Amino acid sequence: MSLEEIGYSVFLGLLFLYCVLAAGKAVDPVFAFHATIGAIASAAGIFLIVRSFIDRDGRVEPEEVNGKPNYNLGPIKFASIAAMFWGLAGFSVGIWIALELAYPVLNLGLPWTTFGRLRPLHTSAVIFAFGGNVLLATSFYVVQRTSRARMPGLVTPWFVILGYNVFIVIAGTGYLLGVTQSKEYAEPEWYADLWLTVVWVAYLLVFLATLWKRKEPHIYVANWFYLAFIVTIAMLHLVNNAAVPVSFFGSKSYVVWSGVQDAMVQWWYGHNAVGFFLTAGFLAIMYYFVPKRANRPVYSYRLSIIHFWALIFLYIWAGPHHLHYTALPEWASTLGMVFSVMLWMPSWGGMINGLMTLSGAWDKLRTDPVLRLLVVSVAFYGMSTFEGPLMSVKSVNSLSHYTDWTIGHVHSGALGWVGYVSFGALYCLVPWIYGKRDVYSLKLVDWHFWISTLGIVLYITSMWVSGIMQGLMWRAYTNLGFLQYSFVETVEAMHPYYVIRALGGILFLTGAVIMAVNLYLTIRHGEAEKTAADVALAPAE
Amino acid sequence: MAHEEIDKVTGVSTTGHEWDGIKELNNPLPRWWLWVFYACIAFAVGYVFVYPAVPLVSSYTTGFLGHSQRASALADAEAGKAARAEVGKQLANASLDQIKSDPKMLEFAMAQGRAAFGDNCAPCHGSGATGSKGYPNLQDDDWLWGGKLTDIEHTITVGVRSTSPDTRMNDMPRFGTDGLLDAKQIRNVAGFVLSLSGGSVKGADVAAGKQIFAENCTACHGEDAKGSTDLGAPNLTDKIWLYGGDEASVINTITVAHRGVMPTWGGKLDPVTIKSLAIYVHDLGGGT
Repeated sequence: MSLEEIGYSVFLGLLFLYCVLAAGKAVDPVFAFHATIGAIASAAGIFLIVRSFIDRDGRVEPEEVNGKPNYNLGPIKFASIAAMFWGLAGFSVGIWIALELAYPVLNLGLPWTTFGRLRPLHTSAVIFAFGGNVLLATSFYVVQRTSRARMPGLVTPWFVILGYNVFIVIAGTGYLLGVTQSKEYAEPEWYADLWLTVVWVAYLLVFLATLWKRKEPHIYVANWFYLAFIVTIAMLHLVNNAAVPVSFFGSKSYVVWSGVQDAMVQWWYGHNAVGFFLTAGFLAIMYYFVPKRANRPVYSYRLSIIHFWALIFLYIWAGPHHLHYTALPEWASTLGMVFSVMLWMPSWGGMINGLMTLSGAWDKLRTDPVLRLLVVSVAFYGMSTFEGPLMSVKSVNSLSHYTDWTIGHVHSGALGWVGYVSFGALYCLVPWIYGKRDVYSLKLVDWHFWISTLGIVLYITSMWVSGIMQGLMWRAYTNLGFLQYSFVETVEAMHPYYVIRALGGILFLTGAVIMAVNLYLTIRHGEAEKTAADVALAPAE
Repeated sequence: MAHEEIDKVTGVSTTGHEWDGIKELNNPLPRWWLWVFYACIAFAVGYVFVYPAVPLVSSYTTGFLGHSQRASALADAEAGKAARAEVGKQLANASLDQIKSDPKMLEFAMAQGRAAFGDNCAPCHGSGATGSKGYPNLQDDDWLWGGKLTDIEHTITVGVRSTSPDTRMNDMPRFGTDGLLDAKQIRNVAGFVLSLSGGSVKGADVAAGKQIFAENCTACHGEDAKGSTDLGAPNLTDKIWLYGGDEASVINTITVAHRGVMPTWGGKLDPVTIKSLAIYVHDLGGGT
């Protein structure tokens, strides 16, 4: 066995022992349940390591085959399929909670199905499970291809992918069972956070080691963005989740921050989860898949440098705009706002580089729905990164804060930008890693595009109308100085928009189901790519 | 290694880098992009000088305008209070009848009552005040504790079976739960009660029920079963039922005696707001 295999086996063995002990001594049933999952996962990990050791029979995958890099694609395949699976799950839960808002009876009177528990399940499933697996799959692919090097490690790449998905299972089941540290987008408790930290460090090491081995003189721009995403998320995760467990055998912990400092740390984390997970990470995807699919050079190298550093420097200060008009001191609120305003152009730098890369290839949008998904995602990116700075302006925020406008804004970014760039990337990636010429049916991609675009439009327009109406109703006074509307009247007025929003979500899910079918057909029945050997064997004409 | 070349489509040269077939053009930063970026930075710097922005050791820069969110929010609240104060003061010193007959005070009381109703009363009585099962409809002219202005004001102030020592209070016996009547007797008396408003209960002996009613119910509901607003006993001869008027609901009400609760608002809302609420609710379906 290699040192790596022995190391992971020992680590997982110790983890197994702790999990068995923890399951026995657990002070609450959910912790016992999660410790059991941990024990099963550790045992399964050791089994997989031993099995692959026996299978490989002393052989090691070569770095190159026929003078070409022998890329490691197995973990990428797993993450791509996991992304599709979690995407469908996350979109479905989103529709369910959208319907709960329109028809509260759907809470079903059960604790597990209340809005309060399903909402974090939805957000984590789409951001971390769907988005996270897309980022893992594409980053492992892109860093290998643009470094012309196989990513190192017999076990580590698999450990990253499988370990990350175990984290998703622990987090998701925890939400349903009522385990939360009540921090938005950081709900999982201390033990899940610790596990994610271990996985994330392994991820960083694989990524850095692949860059270290690269055969190219320079590091491609997509990899700058991936690296910024990995490093910053690690920092945010560690600081925001600093907590003291009540017991090492129980699920509850207390966060070390308190009061307005806690709120500030939370939104420093929360906003940069958007900035570095959902923006930097997905810009990396854009920087590889758009030029690749359009078969055109990136528009401007200089723009990519300037907007990268401006984005990285400015994003990290913008968090306080989530806390306008709260107990946060006004000076912090001001700084959050001005940094958000300055962030507008650095964000648009990515949009310009994405869209202008199409120059000379605009006609492809007519014939290639995959490229259309990618380009429309960049357009949605531009729209939401204009709307974001706008909403960070205090006087706009005094109308928009706490209303559905925020929900609409988030979803124009989530469905339009993150969703579409992920769909576009997966439509490219799946055929490539499975050695197929292209997706099974471009026609189905076309259907996916139009159905889900209609869904997004319904979603965001209904939330704009509902949100602005809600904000105006809250602040309306009669000429005698009394509030014109009671809270319940504002809720009643939102009902039709909630129904339209749920309909938008259903259309978006419908598109994703079509995609899942298409990807399945691509893997099972897709036309195989012509290899160099096939071409060489073709008879001369 | 670096091979700069001219891109045929755009005529722009590349940087000479290439990764997995991806090249980069050497386009400059778009001018408009750069100038808007500079303008945003200029705006940000200007804003920082004008508004509170930079933390110092134990304070922060307050900006040229001396603006303070907290001060301006408090000023808004004070201005609102002042706008309401003049008529509000009149209301405090006026009787409910005087308010009702003065158009200016009435308009004010209706506006205040409507706003207070939406935030405090609508959760149970509904935003349209039509109530629901267990929560009285305030739009009709049937009143448990009286529908006059002063009755309504008092009910709002002390509540029903509330924590206030002066609360409106009655305790209908739990005829079934406490074994005061057996199931057959309850069925019979339910049959009699429903017969008063033209209904019936299957298998009930109405004559026997009438006898049971006379022995157990008339003390509060009266010999004519028309109830008493002094005791909070509902009129049983109409078709208005707080807990449902079908056979099963009436039998259940006699069996368990629901004894609903309304909180006391005396300590929570100021007397002027309660006056306004009384005026507003009376306007919905009050009587004299």
